[in-house]
Amino acid sequence: MQTNSDNILSAVRIEKGFPGTKALDKVDLHLRRGEVHALLGENGAGKSTLIKCLTGAYRRDGGSILLDGAEVDPRDTFEAQRLGIGTVYQEVNLLPNLTVAENLYLGRQPRRFGMVDTRSMNRKARELLAEYELDIDVTRDLASYSVAIQQVVAIARAVDLSGKVLILDEPTASLDAHEVEMLFRIVRRLKKRGLGIIFITHFLEQVYAISDRITVLRNGQLVGTREARELDRRELIAMMIGRELATEIQSVHPDAVEGETRYTFRNYGRRGKIDPFDLDVRAGEVVGMAGLLGSGRTETAEILFGAHRADSGTAKVDGRTVDLSSPRAAIRQKFGFCPEDRKTAGIVGDLSVRENIVLALQARRGWTRPIPRVEQNRLADLYIRALDIRTADREKPIKLLSGGNQQKAILARWLATEPDLLILDEPTRGIDVGAHAEIIRLIESLREKGMSLIVISSEIEELVAYSTRVVVLRDHAHVAELNGAQLTAHRIVEAIAATNGRKAS
Amino acid sequence: MPIMRNYAGRLLPQCIALVIIVIAISIVFPGFLNLQIQNGRLYGSLIDILNRGAPVVLLAIGMTVVIATKGIDLSVGAVMAICGAVAASLITSGHSLAETLLATLAIGILCGIWNGVLVAFLDIQPIIATLVLMVAGRGIAQLITEGTILTFNEPGLIFIGSGSFIGLPMPIVIWLVFGLLVAVLVRRTALGMLIEAIGINRQASTLSGVLTPVLLVAAYVLSGLCAAIAGIIAAADIRGADANNAGLWLELDAILAVVVGGTSLLGGRFSIAASVLGAIIIQAINTGILLSGFPPEFNLIIKAAIIIFILVLQSPRFRTAFSFLSIPGAAGKPTEREAK
Repeated sequence: MQTNSDNILSAVRIEKGFPGTKALDKVDLHLRRGEVHALLGENGAGKSTLIKCLTGAYRRDGGSILLDGAEVDPRDTFEAQRLGIGTVYQEVNLLPNLTVAENLYLGRQPRRFGMVDTRSMNRKARELLAEYELDIDVTRDLASYSVAIQQVVAIARAVDLSGKVLILDEPTASLDAHEVEMLFRIVRRLKKRGLGIIFITHFLEQVYAISDRITVLRNGQLVGTREARELDRRELIAMMIGRELATEIQSVHPDAVEGETRYTFRNYGRRGKIDPFDLDVRAGEVVGMAGLLGSGRTETAEILFGAHRADSGTAKVDGRTVDLSSPRAAIRQKFGFCPEDRKTAGIVGDLSVRENIVLALQARRGWTRPIPRVEQNRLADLYIRALDIRTADREKPIKLLSGGNQQKAILARWLATEPDLLILDEPTRGIDVGAHAEIIRLIESLREKGMSLIVISSEIEELVAYSTRVVVLRDHAHVAELNGAQLTAHRIVEAIAATNGRKAS
Repeated sequence: MPIMRNYAGRLLPQCIALVIIVIAISIVFPGFLNLQIQNGRLYGSLIDILNRGAPVVLLAIGMTVVIATKGIDLSVGAVMAICGAVAASLITSGHSLAETLLATLAIGILCGIWNGVLVAFLDIQPIIATLVLMVAGRGIAQLITEGTILTFNEPGLIFIGSGSFIGLPMPIVIWLVFGLLVAVLVRRTALGMLIEAIGINRQASTLSGVLTPVLLVAAYVLSGLCAAIAGIIAAADIRGADANNAGLWLELDAILAVVVGGTSLLGGRFSIAASVLGAIIIQAINTGILLSGFPPEFNLIIKAAIIIFILVLQSPRFRTAFSFLSIPGAAGKPTEREAK
């Protein structure tokens, strides 16, 4: 059954090592014609490394790649593209300041008398996109369209260039449900045309919605390839993380706590960012924040932490009016904040895991009172162990860690300052199932210890699981607060969707 | 132990380059390595390099810290001219040596504050912000000297340029002491790490509570202070303030010294010692070319070639290709914690 003619792409015993680690250890992957093949695994399992070996972005150390039964050896992504392997990444790697048509035909523009024939290029671009049910103005800049449309343009370009294998690396990470459906319609259509599609994602629902087969990697090794409809979710998670964590994610609803109200915000807001809101947070409570992207969730977090100054209202901690005009002022009140965009606002890439962990504490102590190296080492080791941060050692630059481990290190940075109020913006975005469950458990244990937490998340089930209350935001305003029996995923979705919902993008 | 080894590994390419250059010059010019003591003062070409290199070494110290914050300070040459002019005009108008020096250093600090405020509070790109003073600075210096070369004969001030202390010329003593002070200041306090954090990711640092604007201003102030000291030395050396030529193009030599020292222009990790070595390498090249008697028109080209060679030595690609040459133990040990 597994004959060569069935498989459009076969990777056989691929090996790749980095200094100190074996990123891929004799991994096999067989992609059939006309199938959607999900490639799953925790962060750091080797998915990206495998993809980069297939597309020639990395040189593999061993193993062979067969495309249409013939051995190929792409030296770079251009050659892979020419051979027929196209890739679309999570962050669309097109040029936002060029038009849609220019993006589609960049480097191969139709020419006339040696000049770019813009008119025919635009016509061809329109025809090409029509195959994807996309009727848009191709002469506008790519940046003026939503990420979903950019994603489709990237797919159209990749398929048009390559046409045998399409690799989608977390294409749905920043799309809403409607956009995901549109993307999936396109994927199904490409599948009918006989393309082999490799699909990488962290959303398991989507895996089941679209995949025919699933390959799971763990720690650089192949765990197995299975038919999607024969593999139930629990078993899949067990394959991915090697332990039964599935039950822990669905933890019991925390009981309504009766801690004291410690934080009181009245009429707090900033023009153009978030309408004035009232918010109380008690000790030992997790306040969830739900809402669509752009609803004002992140703005609420930033204003509470002083990243933006509030222009109305008052903030009180334990009844005292406090100044929260800068992150430093907020930190003085024992606030901590893990921002949404880990890469640009969280990690300090070239510094070591140790330095990243002690950074906030050191900043609070001031530069004249350095934390002794022994103490830094103790703190770093303590949190590396407590949060199970996977790193070769504490001196490794944090940028070399996987997303989940970076997130844990940022959490450790704040825990080291022993905060009373911790604001987490999308703490589980883009990280793998294992780290996901660990962070949720951490949130619960911090709450039990009496810390106050404000957690923003797009994953509503998750919010319901750990929040004592959920504030719903819409159009830069706090519109509802749900607690007790009202606190269900269904009610949250209703509150978000009430009245107009989201503007079409 | 491992820290010391890392430290040695960090400075290795610069040390190798310096040794090669010194050996090369001494082959062409056999008397190069000779040292002698006259009137209680060391003389010799090697001492001469360290002495002549003083302004660039000092500028490189400040420049390193500025570059570590992902900035750059183009104004240091002009600040040298301003400070030289201030020192000369104060001393000739009858102020005491102490007053003159303090006022001159204050002017350097003021220049640094100006640059720092433009960068940190007005958010102007460092290259543009410091270009302002680079252009205006020479004009200011000319206003102070009133267009002439202001000469002076105050022995105390001249001593800074040509005197000696325990056998070493004063400029060497000054940069050694100052460099050591700065290195101890940034590494014994948390300043070094905080500055690196700002240079690598300013937003994340600010969100972590780092006092970003103040530290940025402090970096430019240090650079201004370094330029002031360099300006005093340069003026004392020629016993006069030349507003047109003092420190001319030295900002570029200072940047080059930092780059040769291996600090990335993208900010982050920095080493004062490596930049000092870088500055000495550049001065050694200058002196060597001069001594070897090449026609002067070749000088700059040879200098460029040598610098490219040094940069290639440091490039990550070259290092990976020749990793067997590097010190063992530098690579990460495979002690990945077991996933459990």
